[in-house]
Amino acid sequence: MAQTITEKILAFHAGLKEVEPGQLIEAQVDIALANDVTAPIAIAEFEKLGVEKVFDDERVLLIPDHFTPNKDIKSAEQAKILREFAKQQKLKNYFEIGRVGIEHVLLPEQGLVLPGDLIVGADSHTCTYGALGAFATGVGSTDLAAAMATGKVWFKVPETIKVVYHGELPPWVEGKDLILHTIGLLKVDGALYQAIEMMGETISSLPMYGRMSMANMAIEAGAKNGIIAPDEITLDYVRPRAQRDYTLFSSDPDANYCKTIEIDVTKIRPQVAYPPLPDKSRSVDQAAADNIAIDQVVIGSCTNGRIEDFRLAAKLLKGKKAAPFMRLLIIPGTQDVYRQMIKEGLTEIFLDAEALISPPTCGPCLGGHMGILAAGERAVATTNRNFVGRMGHPESEVYLSNPAVAAASAILGRIATPEEII
Amino acid sequence: MNNIEGKAWKFGDDVDTDAIIPARYLNTSDPQELAKYCMEDADPGFAGKVAVGDIIVAGKNFGCGSSREHAPIAIKAAGVACIIAPTFARIFYRNAFNTGLLILESAEAAAAIAEGHQVNVDPATGTIKDLTGGQIFQARPVPEFMQKLLDDGGLMEHWRKRLQVK
Repeated sequence: MAQTITEKILAFHAGLKEVEPGQLIEAQVDIALANDVTAPIAIAEFEKLGVEKVFDDERVLLIPDHFTPNKDIKSAEQAKILREFAKQQKLKNYFEIGRVGIEHVLLPEQGLVLPGDLIVGADSHTCTYGALGAFATGVGSTDLAAAMATGKVWFKVPETIKVVYHGELPPWVEGKDLILHTIGLLKVDGALYQAIEMMGETISSLPMYGRMSMANMAIEAGAKNGIIAPDEITLDYVRPRAQRDYTLFSSDPDANYCKTIEIDVTKIRPQVAYPPLPDKSRSVDQAAADNIAIDQVVIGSCTNGRIEDFRLAAKLLKGKKAAPFMRLLIIPGTQDVYRQMIKEGLTEIFLDAEALISPPTCGPCLGGHMGILAAGERAVATTNRNFVGRMGHPESEVYLSNPAVAAASAILGRIATPEEII
Repeated sequence: MNNIEGKAWKFGDDVDTDAIIPARYLNTSDPQELAKYCMEDADPGFAGKVAVGDIIVAGKNFGCGSSREHAPIAIKAAGVACIIAPTFARIFYRNAFNTGLLILESAEAAAAIAEGHQVNVDPATGTIKDLTGGQIFQARPVPEFMQKLLDDGGLMEHWRKRLQVK
C-alpha cells in the first residue's frame, strides 16, 4: 500500500509494515523533550510511576528556555526541579544557562533531532523538527512522563493534507510568509488531528531556516505535525551535525491525502497576521495602509531565531535607528547564533540601531519576561502566536510577521513594508 | 462514574490555552494556585464565580495553542466538572484525558445550551440533558482505546499496571 512520509515513520516506529489513518499504534520514540514550564509536571508524574530510570539518558532532553534566566523565585524553583532531575538521572542532554538556547532552534543545530526520528516534546512547537523529515509532535506533560519512563507513546495515525507550493519566492517573502498565508487558508483548526506535508518546487529550493519556520507553525492550523521530505538541502544541514545515524523517508507518489492545496507563491506578499489569531493574515501592503502604530518589535523565537533571520533584519537595520520610543528586541535563538551574529558584525548593526540584544530565551513570545506589553500597547513580532494577552496585558496586541517586515516596522514606528526602507 | 449536574458557562470558538491560563502564571504547577486564574483572559473573574460541578460549554477548537497541561489542570482545580464543545484542539484533548478532566464533543449541545442553563451529563453514555432548555443531546462516543485508558484509571495507571505485570 502506498504510504505518506508520516505514515512510514509511524509504521517504522511501531514495528509495522504499514499503517493507515485512524489506526491506533504504540510507537517507540527517538527523543522525548521538555522545558522549564512543562518538565516539572512531567517529572512529578514520572516519579509517581515508581520507575527508577528514564528509558534512555541520551534521549530524554531537558531544555530550560522559557523563563530563563530565571525571571523570579517561582521560576527558579521550577528550573531547579529540572537541574536536580538531570543530575539524579545523569541526563546527557540537559542544557544549563550559557549552553541553553530556544529548544527548537537548539536541538536541530546540535544534531540531536534527525530525519526519520519520532519525537515527542512537551511543547506545542515540537512540530518544528518536521522540517528535517522527522515526525515530531507536541504532547502534554503526562504523555511526556510516560514516554520518559517507557520510551513509548500511543498515537492515532493522522490523515495528511498535502500543500504544494509553486514558483519562485518574490523579494522579501520568506518561509514565514508561506506558512502565515497557508494558515490563513486553512484557519486555526483547518488541520485538526491531521498532518500537513509541504512540497513543490518552492520548498525544494527553500533553505532549512525557512522550512523550520514553516513546520514550526503547523500547530497554528491545529495540525498534529508538519513535515517536509528530506532532500540535499536537508542533508547538507544534517551531515555535519548528526550525533547518531538517521533514516530518510519520503512519500510514495501515489500515497493517499485527504486534501490537496496548491499555492502559487509568486502572487504572495510578505504577510502580517492581525490579532488575536495566527490565521488573520493579510498582505503587508494592507497592514502598512492601515497605519498601525507600534511600541515594540521582537525579532527572535523558535519560529525566526536563526542566523539567517538576523541577517535579514540587519540588512534593513544597517545604518538606521529604531524609531523614537520604540523598544526593539533582538533575541538570538542559541549561543551559536549569538556568536555568529558577533562574528558577522550583526550585533554592531543592531547596537547602532539602538536595539536591545537579549540572551537566548522564549521570553516575551509567551508573555514570560524580557519585554512584556502594557495595556493598549502593540508589538510586531516574528513569533508564532498573537492570542489575547500573549505578550503581556490582555489589552495589548501582537502582529506576526517575518524579520524584514519587523525590522522595517521598528525603524518607522508603524507596520511597514521592507520596500519603504530599501 | 456518577452523573454530573451544574450550571453552564458559555465561551466562544478557538479558546486558546493562553486565555485558559496565561503564561504569566506558569511559574508554578500547583493546581490550586493555577485555579485562581482559570479562564482569566477569556472571562476575568471566572474563577471567583464558577461553582464546583459547573460545566463549560464552548465553541469549536477549544484549547488550541500551547501544550501546557496547566490548562486542563486549572479548569479541573477551579471546580469545572466537564467541558462540552464541537471539537477540541488535539493536544488539549489528550491532556484532558490524561489529567482526568471529562470532555464531550457535541456541536448540537454546544450550540443549544445557553449561559446559566442547568445541565446534566452522564459520563458513561455521553448523554447531555439541558434541563433548563428541555433538550437531550448525545455526545460523540469516546474512542474505544481512550475508554480503555479511562477504565484503567488514566494513562499513568495504565502504565503502572503494565509495568508491574512485567
